[in-house]
Amino acid sequence: MSLPVFLILFLLGSFTLAFVFRATLSRALPHNQAIVARDMPLTAAFGIMVVAVYLFVAVFAPLLAPFAEREVVGAQFQPWGGAHLLGTDRLGRDMLSRLIYGARNTVGIAFATTALAFVVGAFLGIWAALRGGWLDQVLSRFVDALMAIPSLIFALLLLTIFGTSVLTLILVIAAVDATRVYRISRSVAQGIVVMDYIEAARLRGEGSWYLIRREILPNALAPLVAEFGLRFCFVFLTISSLSFLGLGIKPPMADWGSMVRDNATLITFGDITPLLPAGAIALLTVAVNFVVDWQLHRASGLKE
Amino acid sequence: MTDTPLLSIRDLHIEGRAGEAWLPIIKGVDLTLHRGEVLGLIGESGAGKSTLGLAAMGYARDGCRISGGEIVFDGIDLRSASERRKRSLRGRRIAYVAQSAAASFNPAHKLIDQYAEAPLFHEVMTRAQAQSDAVKLYDKMRLPNPAEIGFRYPHQVSGGQLQRAMTAMAMACRPDLIIFDEPTTALDVTTQIEVLAAIRDIVRQFDTAAIYITHDLAVVAQMADRIKILLRGEQVEEADTRTMLAAPRAAYTKSLWAVRSFARALQPPATDAPIVSVRGVTAAYGKTPVLHNVSFDIHAGRTVAVVGESGSGKSTTARVITGLLPPTAGEVLLDGKALPPDYRARSRAQLRQCQMIYQMADTALNPKLPLREIIGRPAEMYLGLKGRALRERVRALLDMIELEPDAYIDRLPGELSGGQKQRIGIARALAADPQVVICDEVTSALDQIVQEGILRLLDKLQGELGLAYMFITHDLATVRAIADDVVVMQHGAIVEQGAKAQVFAPPHAPYTELLLSSVPEMHPDWLSNLLAARQSQT
Repeated sequence: MSLPVFLILFLLGSFTLAFVFRATLSRALPHNQAIVARDMPLTAAFGIMVVAVYLFVAVFAPLLAPFAEREVVGAQFQPWGGAHLLGTDRLGRDMLSRLIYGARNTVGIAFATTALAFVVGAFLGIWAALRGGWLDQVLSRFVDALMAIPSLIFALLLLTIFGTSVLTLILVIAAVDATRVYRISRSVAQGIVVMDYIEAARLRGEGSWYLIRREILPNALAPLVAEFGLRFCFVFLTISSLSFLGLGIKPPMADWGSMVRDNATLITFGDITPLLPAGAIALLTVAVNFVVDWQLHRASGLKE
Repeated sequence: MTDTPLLSIRDLHIEGRAGEAWLPIIKGVDLTLHRGEVLGLIGESGAGKSTLGLAAMGYARDGCRISGGEIVFDGIDLRSASERRKRSLRGRRIAYVAQSAAASFNPAHKLIDQYAEAPLFHEVMTRAQAQSDAVKLYDKMRLPNPAEIGFRYPHQVSGGQLQRAMTAMAMACRPDLIIFDEPTTALDVTTQIEVLAAIRDIVRQFDTAAIYITHDLAVVAQMADRIKILLRGEQVEEADTRTMLAAPRAAYTKSLWAVRSFARALQPPATDAPIVSVRGVTAAYGKTPVLHNVSFDIHAGRTVAVVGESGSGKSTTARVITGLLPPTAGEVLLDGKALPPDYRARSRAQLRQCQMIYQMADTALNPKLPLREIIGRPAEMYLGLKGRALRERVRALLDMIELEPDAYIDRLPGELSGGQKQRIGIARALAADPQVVICDEVTSALDQIVQEGILRLLDKLQGELGLAYMFITHDLATVRAIADDVVVMQHGAIVEQGAKAQVFAPPHAPYTELLLSSVPEMHPDWLSNLLAARQSQT
């Protein structure tokens, strides 16, 4: 099958799937959500479908995978077919099983990291904008200092200091990314804290926590959600590149980034197996951004 | 006046896009304008005034389309004319003066360069000619220092001067028709006079036809030869200015005329101790002093109106009372006890006593919270209400501001009209069960009919709850309607204060005199008489 034909078939297939998925959703859901589902663009339906599939695979990995994650089950670099649908890797582990487990590890860790970065970064950023004065100065200059160091190098540095466990990996990448989230949430919040309704709430005697949670956050959500989608993809790529460099998720845990590296030699023999984990990353990135774009569109009330 | 009209619009229909559908904005309006004639276009916001004004240039805003009728300008059919043809007319034969000159000038270029833009584009003058012409027109518009003012940037001149510079700019190519879209709405009464007089003179001098769009009847009475009244995209009535003022026919017109009739019953002078007492307050923003030794009292059940032009320190006084701006000298007493200067040092009970209603209801209500929470939160905080009791309180408050509780309790502010939003602002203030309410220009962003509703509501609530109001405004008609006591401010100091009857009766302090005489009256000769009177004094 030539490449253009394959691409066209792939696109057509995705559209059909997305269409069917959207139709099913608007049937299955209760009335209010059904309207939302019916009006969403096909890209968003596709995105939600892909994310749902990834989540399903991640949650039910042990049931879906034909073999265990770390078990050596055959010879090295077996071709596709037979018991091993996608062949085996350079240690003789089942490629398909590792792809499935990789969803769990890579996606799970990326999500935890992004969520942590957002909770910390958004809270501090809004707090700094709300309080202003010395608190804002101290936090912002500290963040500036952190941001002055290239993020990958900084992450490498921290990982070499603290060692590479899954927990340190999450904490380190979250710390690096929280600086970016801090910046954007502070600038968004700065536009909000000057509004009269914030002044009214302050004059009412509200504390910082209420102001952040009920008055500022709901109004800052749209740009933050968009940033979340982007950030999630970046974190994903950071983890993968760290794994590729050997500092990310440690073997023998399955991870898409390191799977690309481990099997890279196959490319020279014209085998596309190492591209599969890379493709899995790309597909999820695209899907997440479709969903985020749609949400952003809805939140901003933009038409056309 | 010649027989063929300069501009003739027949059965014009304009539609605006709302989601998938097109909703009518202008529903079949006719308009005829002869050379040298000024037509006043009146209506509340959303009546389609601006849309109609722009259509006279053959232009429809983004998201709007002209769906029917014809627009003929001096024999040229603007609906079928090519974009190129229309561009050759705009700026040269038809000009437009927008409401906010500050937003319409490009801040990065000098006034005179922007003036020269249209004449150069249409190749009617060279740059040197345009510049010398600009100086002449600046002089005619009575701008100070006409030879130099053009070389300033827009932010270096005042709002009134900018509006006049913009009118001069519209005049650059000596157009046959100028469309004025609320040119003085954003200005103070005292500045408004100067701009009105300048516009009227220059229009007469060059015998230019004009469409003057406004919602202020008194202003249009000074400017227009004829008045056309619009309501929801349809013409209500059109007549000669004097006829229209003397004998309006349609019921809607009569209601417009009657708006200013609201007046609060005269209260006996206060005898009890004041609730809030401002004593010798002096305040500054950084090193810039803004208030000098301001003192006045607010009594229960009474309204103190604080008047003055923008920058006179009215709102700053409110900020001192609420504690947002601690004064450098003086103090604010609540029930005879001194309040801590900074709001953060005040107790909840003290914060509760003094509530604020803001000018811009759009920014004063959190767009993401339902009304239930916006109104309920103060009641929850200060009065400790929860669950059922809280819900009942919110419903009672919505009832008080004359909104149907079941229909509104779960709405977001974006689903309300401007007047309704302002009512929610009032409900939020009342939810705290305060003694004093500070109203900061609460009606100035609203149409006259809506304004009157808000004023009546505030008056009713004051009667029921015995509230004390501090009413900040630059609109003297509002002061006449609702004030008991008046405080006149200028340059951060009090010029005159006392009971309403006393302040409004002569003899006046010179500044009060200027303010009072600048309020436009319905009488069509008012501006001419006033200018003549002021001329003879100097």
